[in-house]
Amino acid sequence: MNIIVCIKQTFDTEAKIVLDGNGKIDPNGVNLIINPYDEYAIEEGIRLKEKFGGDVTIVTMGGPRAQEAVRTALAMGADKGVVVNDPILEGTDEWANAEILAKAVAQLPYDIILSGRIAIDDGASQISVRLAEALNIPSVTSVLKLEVAGTQVTATREIDGGTETIEVALPAVFTAQKGLNEPRYPSVAGIMKAKKKPLKSMAVADLGLAAGDLASKMSVQKYTLPTARQAGQKIPGDAPQAAKELARLLHEEAKVL
Amino acid sequence: MAKGIWVVVEQREQQIRKVSLELLGQGRKMADETGEPLVAVVLGQGIEGLAQTLAANGADKVIVVENEKLAEYTTGAYTSALNQLIRKEEPQAVLMGNTAVGKDLAPRLAQRLGVGLASDCTGIELDASSFMTFKRPIYAGKAFEYLASSVRPILATIRPNTFNLPAADDSRKADVVKESAEIDAADLRAILKEVAIAASKRPELTEANIIVSGGRGMKGPENYVILENLADVIGAAVGASRAAVDAGWREQKFQVGQTGKTVAPTLYIACGISGAIQHLAGMGSSKFIVAINKDPEANIFNVADYGIVGDLFEVVPVLTEEFKKIVSA
Ligand SMILES: Cc1cc2nc3c(=O)[nH]c(=O)nc-3n(C[C@H](O)[C@H](O)[C@H](O)COP(=O)(O)OP(=O)(O)OC[C@H]3O[C@@H](n4cnc5c(N)ncnc54)[C@H](O)[C@@H]3O)c2cc1C
Ligand SMILES: Nc1ncnc2c1ncn2[C@@H]1O[C@H](COP(=O)(O)O)[C@@H](O)[C@H]1O
Repeated sequence: MNIIVCIKQTFDTEAKIVLDGNGKIDPNGVNLIINPYDEYAIEEGIRLKEKFGGDVTIVTMGGPRAQEAVRTALAMGADKGVVVNDPILEGTDEWANAEILAKAVAQLPYDIILSGRIAIDDGASQISVRLAEALNIPSVTSVLKLEVAGTQVTATREIDGGTETIEVALPAVFTAQKGLNEPRYPSVAGIMKAKKKPLKSMAVADLGLAAGDLASKMSVQKYTLPTARQAGQKIPGDAPQAAKELARLLHEEAKVL
Repeated sequence: MAKGIWVVVEQREQQIRKVSLELLGQGRKMADETGEPLVAVVLGQGIEGLAQTLAANGADKVIVVENEKLAEYTTGAYTSALNQLIRKEEPQAVLMGNTAVGKDLAPRLAQRLGVGLASDCTGIELDASSFMTFKRPIYAGKAFEYLASSVRPILATIRPNTFNLPAADDSRKADVVKESAEIDAADLRAILKEVAIAASKRPELTEANIIVSGGRGMKGPENYVILENLADVIGAAVGASRAAVDAGWREQKFQVGQTGKTVAPTLYIACGISGAIQHLAGMGSSKFIVAINKDPEANIFNVADYGIVGDLFEVVPVLTEEFKKIVSA
């Protein structure tokens, strides 16, 4: 089985966000991790390989440091990596990113494509589904359970207030939701082995795309930081007194009840 | 010339989602300011009866697409139907809720149309040069970006609870137009086998006006009943921190935070939750935050409008009784 996992390197969830001199998000000094949802996708890919054979290829687009994320995935048990690293990626939107990713994926054999439900940095929740559309294959989002039988997949996905079961024939894209599995940690042996696993780096031009093909449909006008919330009042008194006062304040002052 | 502000109305079993009405309310204001018509688009089966509700909530025109293949939401059929409609009618902007359906549908539709999508927005501004600009949280609310597009239509999904519900006016009338859509085999590659909606008398977490959430301080799954009792008095949803979910006390779908649900209720009551940055990412834009925690140094107090330093097992039951008095008064 040819398994592809699309991953994105993102800021650590603890990262403090500041703007640089140009008013853009400043990546300096920020710890980078694999997008947490993509870890579930990697884990699922490795489990499928363990069950059905085949190999797991990690595909990522990003800056020079994106290789680290791929190495980590290889250390978990994936087999090879493809990194699209190109300065043009700094200015592309989701539409263009999906077109590029689709070209990179289309060069590889694939039966199943796994990715994250959402990237925690831009929070777009778009690329995986757009990728499926660009490849003209079905997608199932927010997957909690995958059962593969030959080329048929039964996926349980989260919807508002419940779940849905969907049947689909491969190839297809599945986006991982927390709950799909528990990702493993890379072992020491895995980390050693990862160093020797193939990792291919390419630019957008290698995929037959030119900057002119990738003009953004959506542009960022500016970034701002939120005004910090102010600590409010701590209500004094013992528990019953404080609870009574809180109820009164919510009713009379905040008027939320 | 592209025209019209569209709201794609989400319905499940003929029930309109609250966020769709919120968008009609906001859409009405923008339609009045720009002179663009406000169009509600509803897809499904047996849904024509919804048109008057959509008119009452602000729509100038309602496009009804009835088709048995649209009876339940599937990515393929809904994308295909909307793609056909949008190419025919060429709206300026297409808005939908950032719900499970919106998140699944909007990116695919956007890619098929070759347009941009502003997802999970918490603000819309009218703008002379680009028609609309969209504000959206990034880095889990630690920053915002403002997006604009010169390509039509502009697609956006809007976070529930961003806009107020409009006051319905039943005397309002709209043109109701029936449209058809061709849905072929290629649109039906993924087959919906089963929908399991958990029966709950409580509101959906992302739509709830009030959420009461419990963390590790709840000490065990059996104690959530005190939060449920409180929730039921005020019609709230019950959420949880990741610590509580990972301990197996609550289901994953109730987790609030960076790897759970993002919520923006009017009131969020955090009980026994320390206020880790990943938790705040999911609820930091709530209008009012209440913290009940026995540790006076807990970070949650730094964002709480009202805090009680105390044992939640003593505070919550009294609070429930007080809420009862207020609600029944
Ligand atoms: C990648 C990543 C993603 C994450 N995503 C999320 C997420 O989506 N959501 C999330 O919540 N967390 C998330 N976390 C975890 C987060 O960092 C915290 O570990 C978690 O939020 C802590 O949960 P808690 O506040 O319930 O527990 P704790 O931090 O242990 O806090 C428990 C609190 O209860 C109080 N308490 C104890 N007993 C009582 C009592 N009787 N009465 C009153 N107060 C009491 C204590 O004083 C304490 O403040 C994530 C972490 C990472 C690394
Ligand atoms: N630059 C990228 N390279 C590879 N995969 C990506 C990239 N950006 C996003 N993805 C995938 O798409 C998912 C959703 O991302 P987003 O649409 O940005 O929220 C991520 O979890 C990844 O699996």
